[in-house]
Amino acid sequence: MSSLDSAVREKILGLVADWKDEPGALLPVLHAVQHALGYVPPDAVPLIAHGLNLSRAEVHGVVSFYHYFRETPPGRHTIHLCRAESCQAMNSRALEAHAKTALGVEFHQTTADGAFTLEPVYCLGNCACSPAVMIDGELYGRVSSERFDELVADWGKR
Amino acid sequence: MPVTIYVPRDSGALSLGAEAVARAIADRARTDHADVRIVRTGSRGLYWLEPLVEVDVNGTRMAYGPVTAADVPALFAAGLLRGGHHDLSLGPTEQIPWLESQQRLTFARVGIVDPADLDDYLAHGGYKGLARALTMSSEAIVQEVTDSGLRGRGGAAFPTGIKWKTVLDAPADQKYVTCNADEGDSGTFADRMLMEGDPFVLIEGMTIAALAVGATQGFIYLRVEYPHAHAALTAAIAAARKRGYLGRSIRHTGKAFDLEVRLGAGAYICGEETSMLESLEGKRGEIRPRPPLPAVKGLFGKPTIVNNVVSLASVPIVLDKGAAFYRDFGMGRSRGTLPIQLAGNVKRGGLIERAFGLTMRELLDEYGGGTASGRPTRAVQVGGPLGAYVPPADFDTPIDYEAFAAAGAMLGHGGFVVFDDTVDMAAMARFAFEFCAIESCGKCTPCRIGSTRGVEIVDRIRAGRDRDAQLVLLEDLCDTMVDGSLCGLGGMAPYPVRSALKHFREDFLRAP
Repeated sequence: MSSLDSAVREKILGLVADWKDEPGALLPVLHAVQHALGYVPPDAVPLIAHGLNLSRAEVHGVVSFYHYFRETPPGRHTIHLCRAESCQAMNSRALEAHAKTALGVEFHQTTADGAFTLEPVYCLGNCACSPAVMIDGELYGRVSSERFDELVADWGKR
Repeated sequence: MPVTIYVPRDSGALSLGAEAVARAIADRARTDHADVRIVRTGSRGLYWLEPLVEVDVNGTRMAYGPVTAADVPALFAAGLLRGGHHDLSLGPTEQIPWLESQQRLTFARVGIVDPADLDDYLAHGGYKGLARALTMSSEAIVQEVTDSGLRGRGGAAFPTGIKWKTVLDAPADQKYVTCNADEGDSGTFADRMLMEGDPFVLIEGMTIAALAVGATQGFIYLRVEYPHAHAALTAAIAAARKRGYLGRSIRHTGKAFDLEVRLGAGAYICGEETSMLESLEGKRGEIRPRPPLPAVKGLFGKPTIVNNVVSLASVPIVLDKGAAFYRDFGMGRSRGTLPIQLAGNVKRGGLIERAFGLTMRELLDEYGGGTASGRPTRAVQVGGPLGAYVPPADFDTPIDYEAFAAAGAMLGHGGFVVFDDTVDMAAMARFAFEFCAIESCGKCTPCRIGSTRGVEIVDRIRAGRDRDAQLVLLEDLCDTMVDGSLCGLGGMAPYPVRSALKHFREDFLRAP
């Protein structure tokens, strides 16, 4: 039995219907579902598989392959912290340690109050302004530990 | 007549507060009852001066930067609208030496035009390449691109014209043009800047590519980490379609081409062309063994062009000004210009487009101006996370595909990441393996298992456990990965490791 409530179920079926006739529809559908719900619930997999005429294993295989898709709900805001070389050259390893301590989480975890999920990312394309952080799609450059704390305080109110 | 003020909307500039600056300027102008028109552009690429504000003074753009919202009242008081002097004044933008010495062909309009305005694109020479291509046969277009000497700017540097010729010669009822905009190499941001700052040039390049091979559908596979580029591309495609530059009959010629953006989902491997095709088909982004080449059997099994953003965006100028014009830039077999991305621990980081042949030393000294920390430069990683670490002794290497290969490095996408002397190169070597382990598609054993074993070996070396034997084992592992991997991820991860071992061995041999 699916644990999805009927509104969510309808939502997912609608998104599948939007895309099902397009070639290579699975990624766009998963993006649409994650955009709408914040994650791809495991119970959505059979619905998507049926709608796109794929096996459940194929859909699950795709969801689990890509770092961006998640199978659990994120916090209210997602912080993507860049771990790539350019940011490392500007001390992102220290920023990473600071972020984990300040939020009290490891990567892929959500803070106890549900406000923030911390995710690693490998390049945000802001390498001339390293280290870089993205919060809900908003990019920040030259992020020091102090700046990180300010951003968290600011976003925590949203 | 309103005074035109340019404020970037490039995400790098936004990351440093450009939105607040634009708002402060608009607010202040309203308070002063000043007639001001604010144009949101891409970035000129001088990131240490972002947000860079420009004011049009009798047709000359005067630059100020880096501007914060708090500087705006003082700038207005100093006569910003007339180009008045202020501590942040940089003079005429085009005369800033860092910019003046560049040779911008592909990036000619980035930072100058409003990326959402098709008329602005046309006013700055846009769509001239397409206009000429529409008068030519497919064979002639392919020949023009071949003659220009353009090679893929995504990293592999394969001649673009030859790739296109293969697609043109492959008989099929359907062909595709795909743009790999999954640029995930650390230190590279040219694709992002271009898509945000001049998306029409990419659309034009893809349209010319479609005419060259007889494709009617195109896809831009864009990384999900670039939401601003996504918005810019989506808007530009809609505008181009509305004005007949995309669609069933391009410019009323009866030739069809349409374009769609598809988002990746955070998998580095999808920067590899066959993985990208798998992902576009809605599957896991796993490598396809080659042959067959994508040019013969690509997207949905059809002949497909796969090119990088900068390669495709370089095509319009080749068609507009001719192959010889483009070919006359550069050295050896590296023709034209390379948009170089200077990043990491550097005082003046940004985008520098120059003809091939500039040396690394010129790049680092004249443009970069030393490290941001003020400490000595110890290493520069070139070509992304799978690129070699180049020591100062090799800084006289000219920026040229063959010269870099000869030096045991690779130019890749043209990203240069500077490290100062505080870097621990054994830690960076470990990270190269760690990154490969995280991002491996898992299809081939040398990459999937080798990367994890590599992390463990480096850890043992750093811990001083059985060091000599582990160093031998590490070399052996690197050989296996280079020779046995199906694609560049596993095949090149040993590059940063080996270069670190070769040039910075002392970091591996420190007391634990």
